Amino acid sequence: MNSTLRQGRRRPAAKVPLGLMIVGAVFALGFLAVNAAIGYVVIDGRLDGQWYDIRDLGIAVEELKVQLDAINDDQPSFLDDIVGQHWMSYAVGALLGAIGILSFIGGALLALIWIERRLIGRMQIRRGPNRVGPYGLLQPVADAVKLIQKEVLMPDGADRILFLLPPAIIFVPMMAAWGPVPWAPQMAYLDINVGVLYLIAVSSLTTLAVFLAGWASNNHYALLGSMRTVAMMISYEIPLSIALLSVVLITGSMQLSEIVQWQADHNLWLAALLPIAMLTYFFSSTAELNRTPNDIAEAESEIVAGFHTEYSGMKFGLFYAVELGNALLVATLVATFFLGGWSLFGLEEWIPGYLILFAKLSAAYFVLVWLRGTLPRFRLDQLMRFAWQYLIPLSLFNLIIVAVEASLLARWDAPGLVSLGLFTIVNWGAAYILFRDWARRIGYQPDAGGPRRAELTQQVGGIEAAHRMGTAT
Amino acid sequence: MESLGIIVAFYLLSAIAVGGAIGVFLASDLIRALAFLVLSFIATAGLFLTLSGDFIAIAQILIYAGAIPVLIVFAVMLAPLAGRNNGNGLYLVPGLALGAAVAVTVAFVAVDVEWNELSGALLAERDFATTAGAIGDALVGRYVLAFEIASVLLLAALIGAIVLVREDEAT
Repeated sequence: MNSTLRQGRRRPAAKVPLGLMIVGAVFALGFLAVNAAIGYVVIDGRLDGQWYDIRDLGIAVEELKVQLDAINDDQPSFLDDIVGQHWMSYAVGALLGAIGILSFIGGALLALIWIERRLIGRMQIRRGPNRVGPYGLLQPVADAVKLIQKEVLMPDGADRILFLLPPAIIFVPMMAAWGPVPWAPQMAYLDINVGVLYLIAVSSLTTLAVFLAGWASNNHYALLGSMRTVAMMISYEIPLSIALLSVVLITGSMQLSEIVQWQADHNLWLAALLPIAMLTYFFSSTAELNRTPNDIAEAESEIVAGFHTEYSGMKFGLFYAVELGNALLVATLVATFFLGGWSLFGLEEWIPGYLILFAKLSAAYFVLVWLRGTLPRFRLDQLMRFAWQYLIPLSLFNLIIVAVEASLLARWDAPGLVSLGLFTIVNWGAAYILFRDWARRIGYQPDAGGPRRAELTQQVGGIEAAHRMGTAT
Repeated sequence: MESLGIIVAFYLLSAIAVGGAIGVFLASDLIRALAFLVLSFIATAGLFLTLSGDFIAIAQILIYAGAIPVLIVFAVMLAPLAGRNNGNGLYLVPGLALGAAVAVTVAFVAVDVEWNELSGALLAERDFATTAGAIGDALVGRYVLAFEIASVLLLAALIGAIVLVREDEAT
């Protein structure tokens, strides 16, 4: 058994037929030629600001708006009073952006379910979904069909209206929060100048939907889960907001596109400049998302499924989809705030910004999946203590440091490399000292006799044993 | 003359806000009343948006639609008398009187202010491109004293709340 598996893993390279080699060579040459053409056009500046510039789809939309405005200029003047002068550009712009965001989220949700389950399967040395379609790719579709076919039950004594409302209203904040994300310099649907506040405000609406779901179910587990959610969300919203506040302080803007532009201008990701804010934001977000290690709101081993215990069929499916969509949103926001958004040290001249952002958000999402696949769940009181005694003081200290730095940055006329480099070093030092010493201050004792490595896995033989048993992929 | 869209939005949002407020008054279930209250608050935020007050609209959603309901939820959960029943008419008369007083004040201000002075070209002259920046400048500039007093007051309230609920270590 063992030997066959090993042989299977080290398969000798198959002989490639000549025809395939020729086809491959033609494709490779074509690829190089296309690249050379793109390079020529980009260096020559022929794409800049043209509507067919695919690096920034916002330019095409702007061009379309100009054309529509020109059409609108010819309309009879009495229409101006009724529907406004340039109504068509507003309508078409709103429609295009909404369709773009909706189709992205819809496609991403289907793909993500599969990717996440496969990834976690791989981390936990099992296969994950692999039966429906090639590599199990059609599993999300099958799940959705199954959920739609299932009966929607409603418990006795449930508040009928408030029970049916939350799956619908919880979808709104998740969708609305995608608005201000800039996908390219001009490619943001809702580029408002209070974007950061807007994100915090919109995401705080989820709390109420979750609470209503738990309350209306007339179920103790559901109520417990929703109370846990409410308590956790109001706790973790504070460090989250303070972390974003330090981003706003240093960049001097609440507009998401400006924050990304600042990072592009200074060739510096805020993850390097503000490590405490980044880690605080990331961890607080996992708490807001109800994902392991912080999924106490729906801890299966404690309170069945938390606030959506009583939901079945597609109503449960909606909660599940919102959870995934929010995780994707958090990954996108981490990529936007801390990993430079659409900018990549000048490479955004060549590669479309939305592809860069997609690569970054995939990386951030992978970390979320990784956390979910590896870490055990916190206890409720541990999680609360962690927010109030650890994250909030740390983020307050960080805020003070960043405020001093921001005011220095506004007054000090040093080159960016000197000032920002100095601040980066100071911040990393502060992060190290604060994270370590504050943990010890509130009673964390490292190395209290526990194993330093995953000994149990090693004792049963680790990944080798899994291969012997034929369970590893 | 505003365009039709703004007018429709104004009447729609006003209807939702007033309807939500009436719903709060009539709902017998306390949590349903809370849901109506949030609906009313969000419609009010929409009204602010039609006035281009983006910062104030988002602050409205953040505080009144996001935070205040959580506060009420905790009150419902923790206060034994709150229960699920909204039918308690104990404060009906004082409540009506207070509401009438607020309504009269707002109406008086609305009638008293010369709105024409602050519209069209005159409003454009003042250049409120970013309300967030203007509000920030006003808060730490002209009204810094009020701002600081408010923050000290909130800090005192915070400490007071902690002192009130603190369990004595000895017992």
